[in-house]
Amino acid sequence: MQSRVIEKAASLLESGACTRVLGWKAGAFFYDVTPAVFTCAQEVREQMVFNPFCGANLSKYLIAESRKEGRIAVFLKPCDTFSFVQLQKEHRIARDKVWAVGVQCRGMCDIDSLKELGLKGVTAVEEAEDDLRVTTLYQEKTISRKEALSPRCHTCKSRKLLDCDELIGDQGQDLPSSRFAQVEALEAMTPEERFAFWRGELSKCIRCNACRNVCPACSCEKCVFDNPNSGVQNKAAASSFEENLFHIIRAFHVAGRCTDCGECTRVCPQHIPLHLLNRKFIKDMNEFYGPYQAGGDFDAKPPMLAFTLDDPEASIITNGRDGQ
Amino acid sequence: MKTWKLSTLDALFAAIAGKQTLYIPADVAGQPVFARWEPGLAMTRALNTGRSAKDLFFPQVEDLARFRVAGKTVSVSPAQALQEPFVIFGVRACDCRSFDILDSVFLAEPADTFYQARREQATVVTLACSQPEETCFCTSLGIDPQAPGGDVSCWMAEDTLYLQANTEKGEALLASLPRLEDGEKPDADSSVFDKLPLKDLDFSAFSGKALMDWFNSPVWERLSQSCLGCGSCTFVCPTCQCYDVRDFDTGHGVQRYRCWDSCMYSDFTMMAHGTNRPTQKERFRQRFMHKLVYHPNNHGGQIGCVGCGRCLQKCPISMNIVKVANALKEGKA
Ligand code: SF4
Ligand code: SF4
Ligand code: SF4
Ligand code: SF4
Ligand code: SF4
Repeated sequence: MQSRVIEKAASLLESGACTRVLGWKAGAFFYDVTPAVFTCAQEVREQMVFNPFCGANLSKYLIAESRKEGRIAVFLKPCDTFSFVQLQKEHRIARDKVWAVGVQCRGMCDIDSLKELGLKGVTAVEEAEDDLRVTTLYQEKTISRKEALSPRCHTCKSRKLLDCDELIGDQGQDLPSSRFAQVEALEAMTPEERFAFWRGELSKCIRCNACRNVCPACSCEKCVFDNPNSGVQNKAAASSFEENLFHIIRAFHVAGRCTDCGECTRVCPQHIPLHLLNRKFIKDMNEFYGPYQAGGDFDAKPPMLAFTLDDPEASIITNGRDGQ
Repeated sequence: MKTWKLSTLDALFAAIAGKQTLYIPADVAGQPVFARWEPGLAMTRALNTGRSAKDLFFPQVEDLARFRVAGKTVSVSPAQALQEPFVIFGVRACDCRSFDILDSVFLAEPADTFYQARREQATVVTLACSQPEETCFCTSLGIDPQAPGGDVSCWMAEDTLYLQANTEKGEALLASLPRLEDGEKPDADSSVFDKLPLKDLDFSAFSGKALMDWFNSPVWERLSQSCLGCGSCTFVCPTCQCYDVRDFDTGHGVQRYRCWDSCMYSDFTMMAHGTNRPTQKERFRQRFMHKLVYHPNNHGGQIGCVGCGRCLQKCPISMNIVKVANALKEGKA
């Protein structure tokens, strides 16, 4: 995959089809790759990487990149293409300025998954078919690629590559996914247990805003929480109420637009499972208003923007508790 | 040097906590953090905490004063600086060095009284490292992870904790503990530190004359391009020290507090004049210029980074001070 992606990136620049390529640059340890824009084919061949740790969703960068001169090529995994479509539905990306190359995926790896396995001091990783050969300061170990997967990839909802100009690898299909299992576990708790769970998690928040800034659904030019004129500008939570508030507001604001890409949880330095909040909303919307996938296509009307007389009003009837 | 059996570490914590508040690195909701010790709280197995030890001297949020308005009178009650002594156990050498860097800022005249009070009340007990992560580069900054400073230095070897007082405060803490025995720690094996991939970073080029050259380097544009402008790197960093002072409207007055701020944010230093740094390039440049160039220029060559590696581990896009320093020196990104 690596060589095909790099060759494609270089040839798009050489042929003049694109003036820039959004890809990844290698770091010191294989897993620490950084998204980067390349303008020269030679540099692509020398410095660009595409490895199992290239997990970042590049679609949000296209908001800024598609406003610049010339066309930019981008490499998107299946889940990224859902964000790509959703952002277009929200008129955030100039589609004609983008050349989207869909890259089929078998799940991305994450350094935190390696650490969960008890591997310390990881200095190098090498991909070998379905295994990863990991070198650390203390040992060498071969683990299966599956063990190293990012948690979100275990519950991948779809391998479809939407709205791409060309594909590397085959077109994929929706997958049977158990992604709501954890939400169901939370639903099965008593309100007190659930409150305790979320307080435990959210009390770890340092309000770094990484979850918001990485989120493709959070694309406001000026977030209300950053705006000194909003009256609710909130740099640090002054109380547990404010701590909860930020996350609940954000979850409401992305409801119906969150594609479940999993970036928020991936980037949280405090390992807060933020995706569970959003997934609860997705699950509720599916149940109340019929199945809907944000970014799944260009036509379906988002449940939060549609209205029918027989819409259930669960929150009003039950006063927000236990959503019967 | 004193010793204590590791199997009864809990009893040591209880003995300290019997006299003053004790903080140890422990897992809370799955994340290693300095937490107040209570019976049953065990030390984390993680090398270092996610948030750094600076939290205990410079907390993310702290009240400065309350203003109460009643009719035509305004009453002001300033917040009290900390009066109680406390002990922080298990500080790594990198975090311990970060206190020197924070001191050079917060204790310079006029001293920050809140910070100063905490520093005076604290007894810092450090813990030597034996199993670094690949992201550790303290040794590149002249820090010896196997000989950490503080008021008391500790080493763990086999089944024993070795303690050595370095200051009067440290002597007093050890003297207050029962059942400490005398002993000598075995020589530690340092070979793993020689294998650290980032051990040979050279930061010496940054202090000194060339300030404007670094500032005008062509690399900033490219390096900052994918930065999300989040505050992760600044908030986990033990040496980041910027804060904002804000007023919370209580309905009958104002609660004035300060909270961490980040130069990566769009409204950082957005004061009345409204001319802050306009794009992420300038914000990003500020963070690294401050650590690598401005701080050493203002503080006798002391680099504003202790090599703890937190920003390497936590940045969502794996951009960090090592990549920046290397790119600056090479002159290309
Ligand atoms: S990324 Fe995590 S720590 Fe940062 S603001 Fe979001 S939830 Fe809080
Ligand atoms: S809320 Fe999280 S999962 Fe949903 S779109 Fe934003 S980053 Fe992705
Ligand atoms: S360098 Fe990384 S952690 Fe720091 S603001 Fe940029 S994206 Fe966030
Ligand atoms: S800049 Fe990074 S490595 Fe240096 S002290 Fe801060 S968090 Fe640690
Ligand atoms: S940077 Fe050095 S002192 Fe800090 S945890 Fe790593 S090895 Fe220990």
